[in-house]
Amino acid sequence: MTFLNAAASPVPQLVFERSAGYWETVWRRFLRDKVALGAALVVLFLLVLAILGPWLAPMDPYQSAMLKRLKPIGFEGHPFGTDELGRDMLSRLMVGARLSLFMGITPVVCAFVIGSLIGITAGYIGGWVNSVMMRTIDVFYAFPSVLLAIALSGALGAGITNSLISLTIVFIPPLARVAESVTTQIRGRDFVEAARASGASAFTIVRVHVLGNVLGPIFVYATSLIAVSMILASGLSFLGLGVKPPEPEWGLMLNTLRTAIYTQPWIAALPGVMIFITSIAFNLLADGLRSAMEIKQ
Amino acid sequence: MTLAHDDRDDRAQPMLSVRGLVKHFPLKKDLLGRGAGVVRAVDGVSFDVFQGETLGVVGESGCGKSTTARLLMQLIAHDQGELVFDGQTVGSKSLPLKDYRRQAQMVFQDSYASLNPRLTMEDSIAFAPMVHGLPEREAVERARDLLDRVGLSPQRFAERYPHELSGGQRQRVNIARALALQSRLIILDEAVSALDKSVEAQVLNLLLDLKEALGLTYIFISHDLNVVRYMSDRVMVMYLGQVVEVGDSETLFKHAAHPYTQALLSSIPTMDPDRRTETPPLAGDPPNPINPPSGCRFHTRCVHAQPICSEKMPVLAPASHGQQVACWMHVAGAAHTAAPAGPGRVPNQEAVA
Amino acid sequence: MLGYLLRRLIYSLPIMLGVALVCFALVHLAPGDPLVSILPPDASADLQAQLLELYGFNRSYPEQFVSWVWRALQGDLGTSIASNRPVASEVMTAVGNTLRLAMLATFIGFVLGSFFGFVAGYFQNSWLDKLASLTSVLGVSVPHYWLGMVMVIVFSSILMWLPPGGAGPGGSSQWVWDWEHVKHMLLPAITMSVIPMGIIARTVRALVADILAQEFIVGLRAKGLTNLGIFWHVVKNAAPTALAVMGLQLGYLLGGSILIETVFSWPGTGFLLNSAIFQRDLPLLQGTILVLAMFFVVLNLIVDVIQTLLDPRIARA
Repeated sequence: MTFLNAAASPVPQLVFERSAGYWETVWRRFLRDKVALGAALVVLFLLVLAILGPWLAPMDPYQSAMLKRLKPIGFEGHPFGTDELGRDMLSRLMVGARLSLFMGITPVVCAFVIGSLIGITAGYIGGWVNSVMMRTIDVFYAFPSVLLAIALSGALGAGITNSLISLTIVFIPPLARVAESVTTQIRGRDFVEAARASGASAFTIVRVHVLGNVLGPIFVYATSLIAVSMILASGLSFLGLGVKPPEPEWGLMLNTLRTAIYTQPWIAALPGVMIFITSIAFNLLADGLRSAMEIKQ
Repeated sequence: MTLAHDDRDDRAQPMLSVRGLVKHFPLKKDLLGRGAGVVRAVDGVSFDVFQGETLGVVGESGCGKSTTARLLMQLIAHDQGELVFDGQTVGSKSLPLKDYRRQAQMVFQDSYASLNPRLTMEDSIAFAPMVHGLPEREAVERARDLLDRVGLSPQRFAERYPHELSGGQRQRVNIARALALQSRLIILDEAVSALDKSVEAQVLNLLLDLKEALGLTYIFISHDLNVVRYMSDRVMVMYLGQVVEVGDSETLFKHAAHPYTQALLSSIPTMDPDRRTETPPLAGDPPNPINPPSGCRFHTRCVHAQPICSEKMPVLAPASHGQQVACWMHVAGAAHTAAPAGPGRVPNQEAVA
Repeated sequence: MLGYLLRRLIYSLPIMLGVALVCFALVHLAPGDPLVSILPPDASADLQAQLLELYGFNRSYPEQFVSWVWRALQGDLGTSIASNRPVASEVMTAVGNTLRLAMLATFIGFVLGSFFGFVAGYFQNSWLDKLASLTSVLGVSVPHYWLGMVMVIVFSSILMWLPPGGAGPGGSSQWVWDWEHVKHMLLPAITMSVIPMGIIARTVRALVADILAQEFIVGLRAKGLTNLGIFWHVVKNAAPTALAVMGLQLGYLLGGSILIETVFSWPGTGFLLNSAIFQRDLPLLQGTILVLAMFFVVLNLIVDVIQTLLDPRIARA
């Protein structure tokens, strides 16, 4: 009965290529998803626009010309017309990408860091520490996000910094919750028990074993929040609570152009189209990422 | 920090002494305060493990084997009791927890869940030595050595991920990991239960080879009596959080003293027509660890139960062939018709719990 | 079961207290003089002191908080600084208007969303699925206030079918369910329904796909159950979660209606919130946020309870 022999029977030495790590597999899967790829390209384009906008724009987005107010699309020298102060729409839209994207992405990034910190700590330590932390988070979670954002903005006052702060606070609870949930799941797995059994400190275990397994799902959830954040940030500017004039920002532009919907409706609608496109692209990107990461190997 | 440590190798003294281990898990109370009870997972367990032996631990699901294993590893804290390793109390100044953890390691049942899916095999094995101060290069070298020792060629397996290995191969890696700190005591908690039979046989033989080569001591927990018999020198039988019988392996299998052990053994399926079981070995309902029966916990299912059994809990006492049994039928002078004759008073009778 | 419900109820109490605390803190975070909106800049110190006393702004924060909560429990949310009317009645009228709008929007969103979700889930990976999924992604991604503007452009400005805003004759306080009033509701409701539609469509698609993939469906087919029967089974299994999501969406719409109400000048809580912020009307702001948040908490509770009743497995968890 040969199977009772201890060692595996000797195998001829074959050459094995280095096996793919987790992220490599995710990357390859992502590349096969055409929709997600398309969305990623759009996002890339928008990011380039955000960074290089001021240099690529044909005209000065702040330059007003009262004689050329609200000229239609296709007007000479202004392919997308002019706004209510005579400024070139195309330039304002291009430069607006910078602020709009910044206001959308930054709060999510900050909330990702803070929320993960809170959630992972609560999830790993467990017990009453977890309960206290999560209950506090639940109080903020008890507000509908739009309401909280507006209330915070209203309380702190208009302006970019205040909006960033209020949006970050709005996004911390959902991210903390997801972080806590995922960490608690990983915490219960045998390999974490084995790591504890080896005498490692909690910090080492979190660094080596927990983070690698937990940051992925939290990150994917965070990307799905970017589109919401963008819409909310622009919404705040739309209400007059976010970016202040004369900065070009798509939500603010929608606000100032509102009166023009009867005279130049399509120009008034343009900034919203940009927000819409950006939002779709980020949502599809987030979806693609989620599919690429979810399938169990 | 060097990893070599004292090997007292004192045959007269047990390597690990467990006394009076108790662990109760509280149940969630509902709002009106009802249902506030405890699960008496481990309720007064005492035993010794001797250098170089394999102590098998058997029992049904829920008898407390896995909880005991985790208590021995101090992955959960015990409520009462004492753990003494090589004559020193675990967790005391002379033997802090981190040092104890170098000496005792565990292999879990689920080979996949026991490995971090994001780490390569060599990284998983090298983790513990690095935690204890070994520089990375040496730790990785040791990991590769260990892979080789458990029968996995390092060139093929060191940089692989858990999902690329089979169950048996993963379990070998887990064994390698348990050996990474040069521990002397390895606890195997159902380590082969999830493997296919042929693979199981290979892994068991690997364990035996390693034990001999490295001078290890094993605590082998399993529900599979045949495997336990094959592997163990001594066997301990647990029921509802307590030890009911402990003794030399072959003796126990041939001359089981406790009715529960006898029932367990008779339930082993066999192809031998002369050893057919005709009556079900165990009567009554399976036990409830929240509200265990009074007195001897097995009395509700025991065919030999008598009034004394429901009144007083028996303690481990010597039985006829050298094992220790917790049963009134083997206590001289006990108020049980099957008990051997003896002095009227039996010392150290424990009151009903 | 009863124990679970009782526990859930008691657990909401500290949350509600926390919510009240956050409301109070939010508003008092605001820098600046709380009386700036009604006090002329050259008012005498005496007048200032009198008004501070009247509104209680001169007391310590804990005192203000406790007295505010105490009175709120009795239905008194203070008086609006700007309009001098009791906050409670203003908020309640506004809540009524927003509720009407939100319920219609949720209903539309739920019906359309479920439809798209079912189609997508049943015909997984076909072009129908892709189309329905696309619709739901669009629904979730659209900036709803912009969509409102577009709706106004198309239906009011160009086609002139529906009015661009307001709540009809009688303003906010006299609502009647006739065409004169309902026609003001249609555009905002449809605009508001888009996001819940998207979310419900996604949820239902995932649910349906999940359920159809389960083995008990194969068992049912093997027993000879017709397609209609299977459909009914799917509905029964998907219903609890779908309804829960719908309930939650209603809650979000209640709290998040401000943007749409601004576009359509709909006299609801969002509109009230807007004016309270810009007029720095602290009592009104506090009261409105509190009422909206409480609605949301209670709604969540009801959704939880109903879900537990429909799916007993949750209580045992």
